[in-house]
Amino acid sequence: MLIKNTVGKKIIMAITGQMLVLFIVIHMIGNSAIYVGGLNAYADRVHALPLLVWIFRLVMLMIFSLHIMIGIELYLENRKAKPEGYAVKQDLRATFASKNMLWTGLLTGAFLVYHLLHFTFQVINPEIAALRIHDAAGRPDVSGMVLQSFQNPAVSSVYIFAVIMLSLHLSHGIQSSFQTLGISNERTLPGIIKTGSVAALVLFLGYVSIPLLIFIGVMKG
Amino acid sequence: MNLTLYIWRQKGPDKKGGLQQFKAENISPEMSFLEMLDVVNEQLIKIGQEPIAFDHDCREGICGMCSQVINGVPHGPQERTTVCQLHMRHFKHGDSIYIEPWRARAFPVIKDLIVDRSALDRIIQAGGYISVHTGGVPDANAVLISKKSADTAMDASECIGCGACVAACPNGSAMLFTAAKITHLAMLPQGKIEAARRVCVMTEAMMREGFGNCTNHYECQAACPKDIRVSFIARLNREFIKAQLKDTG
Ligand code: HEM
Ligand code: FES
Repeated sequence: MLIKNTVGKKIIMAITGQMLVLFIVIHMIGNSAIYVGGLNAYADRVHALPLLVWIFRLVMLMIFSLHIMIGIELYLENRKAKPEGYAVKQDLRATFASKNMLWTGLLTGAFLVYHLLHFTFQVINPEIAALRIHDAAGRPDVSGMVLQSFQNPAVSSVYIFAVIMLSLHLSHGIQSSFQTLGISNERTLPGIIKTGSVAALVLFLGYVSIPLLIFIGVMKG
Repeated sequence: MNLTLYIWRQKGPDKKGGLQQFKAENISPEMSFLEMLDVVNEQLIKIGQEPIAFDHDCREGICGMCSQVINGVPHGPQERTTVCQLHMRHFKHGDSIYIEPWRARAFPVIKDLIVDRSALDRIIQAGGYISVHTGGVPDANAVLISKKSADTAMDASECIGCGACVAACPNGSAMLFTAAKITHLAMLPQGKIEAARRVCVMTEAMMREGFGNCTNHYECQAACPKDIRVSFIARLNREFIKAQLKDTG
């Protein structure tokens, strides 16, 4: 049974992790519509297919639940396996990111709940909810909601902090998932490690740019 | 040279331990680390105190008995070197040196710097072997093995089972050890036959013994005195996936 074996659990982590990465890559490309003034049109087109949107959300929820549950289980098992530390310990290869996967993951997860309530279900700031306020073309004004939200320093700080957590998680997670799936060898591993860090950096820039540019006033309505 | 040592002392498995300070005086840079400890122990015996207990056997870097975490690194600061092959010329007069036992739930301390590593033997017992008929010695070249496979198997077989990978791993995982054994056998025709079962039972034995899961920190490779590579862990993972696709038990 995959879920009972140590490698099996890691494989589930790696596959669910890679699916989540795939999602956030698509999500980032979708978000970039805001730079060309196309966010409302994009959102409108996606939500024209409500059944598909809901099936997709359910699948994402399942992937997330598996990733979180097994992530917590791995963490607890690993902590138990090393009950006593050293008075002096030097890390030769482990990084801040690799040692804090559970925490960067959980903070990303907590942010996700906020993010869904904020922009998907729009219950946090109902006064700017795109579900109710429409643009000139009669579409939900997603772009206006985003612009107004990120002018608030508290809101944009939360988003920027969450993006930092996610990027740390992925700076270790991407390369780790390839190693776990056995898609690496002596020759390719150094390149995979570098590519993973670069990908995490690209995702960081792609996601941090929107709240940052709106907050410092470069991007306006 | 003179050194200040902080060494983990623990009277027995269930006793409380702690770091104790010692002075090592007139140490020659030509000495090995273990010889330096021998000098300290002789002084202790002379003044009627109990010597520091530590594991060692061959003292030439091949048996895997020596096992000390020196200044936070298993086997000390010299790469690809066991404690017994570490020389005092890598330290300076006046240095402080912290010496601790391997730490992991699966490696309980027996006394001072000595830990019980028989959990590694039980991982081998679970599946780190091949089943053959005994009898006459087979002809040396009857089974053809490519040079590349033989080389990889030899690289993996360099593992001396010292447990430095477990000591270095923040998760106390024995994946590098297990991966070396899996690779060693899976590369050879004789080992391929039982490869699928082997990878399953050996990884299960690893968890049963209380080792942690691998999360790819790669601390193990950096600490390994025999330079066993984490690419063997990727190979173990591939062997595991292959085993899932087959349906032999
Ligand atoms: C609530 C949220 C999350 C939690 C609690 C969580 C937790 C974890 C944990 C504990 C690990 C294993 C650490 C390791 O193997 O080093 C992990 C790995 C991983 N996570 Fe997450 N994570 C979360 C969200 C995410 C998200 C949003 C993504 C991607 C967008 C992601 C991608 C990955 C990847 C790619 C791995 C590597 C899998 C592997 O090592 O083989 N995680 N996560
Ligand atoms: S004593 Fe044998 S390897 Fe060090």
